[in-house]
Amino acid sequence: MAQEVKLFGMWASLYSRRIEIALKMKGVQFEFIEEDLQNKSPLLLKHNSIHKKVPVLLHNGMPIAESLIILEYIDETWLDNPILPRDPYDRAMARFWARFIDEKLIWISWDAFSSKEEDQGKAIEEACKQLKALENELKEKEFFGGDTLGYLDIAAIMVASWFGVMQEVMKVELLTEENFPILCQWVGKFVDCPIVKECLPRKEKMVEFTRVLLKDFLASK
Amino acid sequence: MKMAKENNVKLHGMWASPYVKRVEIALKIKGIPYEFVEEDLVNKSQLLLQYNPVHKKVPVLIHNGKPICESLVILEYIDETWKNGPPLLPQDPYKRAKVRFWTSFVEKELFENLLLVARSEGEAQEKAIKVVFEKLQLLEEGLKDLFQGETYHIDGETMGILDIVLCSLFGAHEAQEEVLGVKFIDPEKFPLVCSWVTALTEVTAVKELRPPHEKLVAVLQFIRQRALQASAA
Repeated sequence: MAQEVKLFGMWASLYSRRIEIALKMKGVQFEFIEEDLQNKSPLLLKHNSIHKKVPVLLHNGMPIAESLIILEYIDETWLDNPILPRDPYDRAMARFWARFIDEKLIWISWDAFSSKEEDQGKAIEEACKQLKALENELKEKEFFGGDTLGYLDIAAIMVASWFGVMQEVMKVELLTEENFPILCQWVGKFVDCPIVKECLPRKEKMVEFTRVLLKDFLASK
Repeated sequence: MKMAKENNVKLHGMWASPYVKRVEIALKIKGIPYEFVEEDLVNKSQLLLQYNPVHKKVPVLIHNGKPICESLVILEYIDETWKNGPPLLPQDPYKRAKVRFWTSFVEKELFENLLLVARSEGEAQEKAIKVVFEKLQLLEEGLKDLFQGETYHIDGETMGILDIVLCSLFGAHEAQEEVLGVKFIDPEKFPLVCSWVTALTEVTAVKELRPPHEKLVAVLQFIRQRALQASAA
């Protein structure tokens, strides 16, 4: 049966980029459907009626939602170029840190970026602690996945892109080369990967987009 | 001579924690022998802080000396490591994705909001209760799709990760009703969810691991009082 793969996403959504990168790493042909998140398409609302969010992968008409879940689905369906490690313990570590990024790191970092001046020092300290924990996970490796990109690298696109954008928009320094030399080195290698380069929007575009998204918040500051 | 593979399993937990309960149920279903290490969460042990420096929480599974944290990560690890027992996830990738999706839904949308109900009162609580009912309705509808005409069979002995997580949340629904005064597992409003939860509470592993009703009530009351005092302060 011919494979039909569609990806509902949005150009500035890093969660959508995760899926694009994974599909390209696997050499899977797919159609990208750009969603206007202010005006979501009936198809998107049908395929992700619970959360109404991007990304949604549609494989032969069957929808899968939630980016980390989609990554696992992709790895289990297209078996070439595995994204997750083979060993169950290494898989558990990769899943642990990916959840850490999405459920803890991003929120604590958002606090650091958005706090009032009097609370900011403490919030930044806390965010740096969490970033350091993630940096320590890299150890001596090129990438979180070892010699090549893996599931955790893909998940950590948030670190590679979102932090830089937010730092510029909010004018708060968090992920600096001075404090996180290893993590910043990883960021450099990550964004330089040909597949990532193809998928990641230009930083200036992301900064402009984020400024507009946060305009009310920025105005109130 | 056949060399037995070293298989030392310890679980650091707390008797009342639903997150820990998930792992205990999984270990029991797979028939994995383990040592339970009771943690005092007010006075966390050095060992716990060393094994889980990031979150400092239970459960932590220690397998042959290596720690794994976060209950859902632990469940998948157990499934991938002990392949001889009943599977905790289906084989088919699409079915696995659906199970993971609904597990994540129960974890994030139901669990979090039920906690809010327990920790609040007055208008804030009413709002949280409303949200739980909305999410339960979504789950009820989702079950029709998830089970898709196949009768969902719980044979009394096995459970998957979605069963485990739902059970860890609503297994104690009678205690929740008593303390919170709200009936969430309502057979009229949510017949599929209700019959599913009821079936899960009859599974051998669940029955063996369930603390006595009075203890569950007392713990929930304690959590509630402490939260209300903290917010009043």
